[in-house]
Amino acid sequence: MTVTRAPRPDLLAVAGLCHTYGAGAVATVAIDDLDFEVGQGEFLSIVGPSGCGKTTLLRCVSGLQHPTAGTVTLHGEAISDVPEGMALVFQDYARSLFPWMSVSSNVEFPLSRLRLPRSERRERIGESLAAVRLDAAADKYPWQLSGGMQQRVAIARALAYRPEVLLMDEPFASVDAQTRADLEDLVLDVWRRFSVTILFVTHDIDESVYLSDRVLVLSRSPASVVADIPVGLPRPRDQIETKSADGFVRLRAEVARLIRPARGAETAGTSI
Amino acid sequence: MGEAGDRLTRGLTTVRGAASELLLRSAVVVAGLLVWQLVTMAIESAFFPTPLEIFGRVIETWFSGSPGTLFLTEEVGRNVAPSLMRLLSGWLLAVALGVGLGLAIGRIDWLAAMLGPIVQFTRAIPPPALVPLFLVLLGIGDGMKVGLIAVGVLPPILLNTIDGVRSVDSLQLDTGRVFGIDRRRRLARIVIPSAMPQIFAGLRVSLAIAVILMVISELVASTDGIGFGLLQAQRGFRIPDMWAHIMLLSILGLALNSGLTQVERRALRWHRGARRRSEV
Ligand SMILES: Nc1ncnc2c1ncn2[C@@H]1O[C@H](COP(=O)(O)OP(=O)(O)OP(=O)(O)O)[C@@H](O)[C@H]1O
Ligand SMILES: [Mg+2]
Repeated sequence: MTVTRAPRPDLLAVAGLCHTYGAGAVATVAIDDLDFEVGQGEFLSIVGPSGCGKTTLLRCVSGLQHPTAGTVTLHGEAISDVPEGMALVFQDYARSLFPWMSVSSNVEFPLSRLRLPRSERRERIGESLAAVRLDAAADKYPWQLSGGMQQRVAIARALAYRPEVLLMDEPFASVDAQTRADLEDLVLDVWRRFSVTILFVTHDIDESVYLSDRVLVLSRSPASVVADIPVGLPRPRDQIETKSADGFVRLRAEVARLIRPARGAETAGTSI
Repeated sequence: MGEAGDRLTRGLTTVRGAASELLLRSAVVVAGLLVWQLVTMAIESAFFPTPLEIFGRVIETWFSGSPGTLFLTEEVGRNVAPSLMRLLSGWLLAVALGVGLGLAIGRIDWLAAMLGPIVQFTRAIPPPALVPLFLVLLGIGDGMKVGLIAVGVLPPILLNTIDGVRSVDSLQLDTGRVFGIDRRRRLARIVIPSAMPQIFAGLRVSLAIAVILMVISELVASTDGIGFGLLQAQRGFRIPDMWAHIMLLSILGLALNSGLTQVERRALRWHRGARRRSEV
């Protein structure tokens, strides 16, 4: 396996991005002048303190939200509406599932517009539900599942869609450590097999380093880029081997140090 | 509350509670009927026949036909059928119009801005006040009655549909947009299902109002129908017949309501489950 991949042509570019919610006295500046690029097939992790604007950033990249200034370009074209081939796993996963659809219908819903043959549709649903270990819950309804299971349904839905760009907003926040490790490896597997470009927001420093090619560290609110750290660790990554490698430990410490001043003096925990 | 009362409330909350609650409720109904029977027997008033007598009259008048006509009498065809026709055509017309218009107003902002105040105003009109207007406009025929019912029950359907559509979770719509679902399919697969519980609430209210308007319109100007039969009985001093008509109307109201409840139960199974979950 190669240690680092060849430089990729840029797929996505965020330039001068600013977003302010509201106006006048109640205005909240969520993002202040963000600039970064994401290469084709790259895995980018985004970390930053709570409330710094990560969700807002993903909403702007997905085209759901018009930024108040700046542009997001995909394939060299500015995004004005939701582009094709993009999927977003919402942080608020429970609200993004449809309670009147069964688990398998929820996963199937985005596929309906892809005009796939029936057999392939079935196959994708089965495959992605199996990947998140929910094949037994296919006929259940979201409200019959635990929070972590609902989160996995939302992940399965995005995976079955096989987007070109996959945006994930703290997708593993409600699952236990073992499931989390499994899901990390699952996402890496999907990323490699279908050469997806992934923007992955997380609060977990280990996770951000373990998964990605680059870690983007954001400042406290309003978000701007503090550092853009390349992760040169070899692939395929392994939960035990990679995480005990010297390079990993060094990178992890570097990210943690970068986040610390950004967090200010009020907290001193080990995670963000 | 005494010890027995405590035990009763505790009993109602157990798993067996559902069965005992049903038992308790039917016991109350039976007791009520019994009191009614005893009181009317005691006072022997010509204006208050006993429930058994009224019920006998209901059977005799409408449900004593031959097995070939499902035991329905000719009287059903003469007076009940026209009433039901008016009721259902008026109500269904309002459902189609109210849900369709409600979806449009709920989804299209400029339409809401334009029509919102008018819609709010119509809510304040007591439906029976429309009777004279419809008499003047449409005469005394079926058109007047169907029109009256349709217009009279429109506001609750319309308002509930608009409310339901407006309260669709924005994140669910965003989910649809992200996955490239077009407007039409978002309407069919997200907006309508999500608004369905509220739409059904409107349907239930409107059905009750529809029965009221049907009776009023037949009392005021009609040559057939249950309301007409009721009026005839009163004019002929056939007091037991009068009571029988009143009882038939309540049976009809109950039957319509439970029919709608059945449909709702089937359509909204997910909603009851999801709500029960969120209460925990
Ligand atoms: N719809 C909104 N209206 C007004 N302000 C908002 C809205 N959404 C977010 N904000 C504000 O924008 C800022 C960034 O919010 P955002 O949700 O993007 O943060 P985040 O980095 O995703 O936080 P977390 O890590 O807790 O999910 C916050 O100060 C928040 O209060
Ligand atoms: Mg967020």
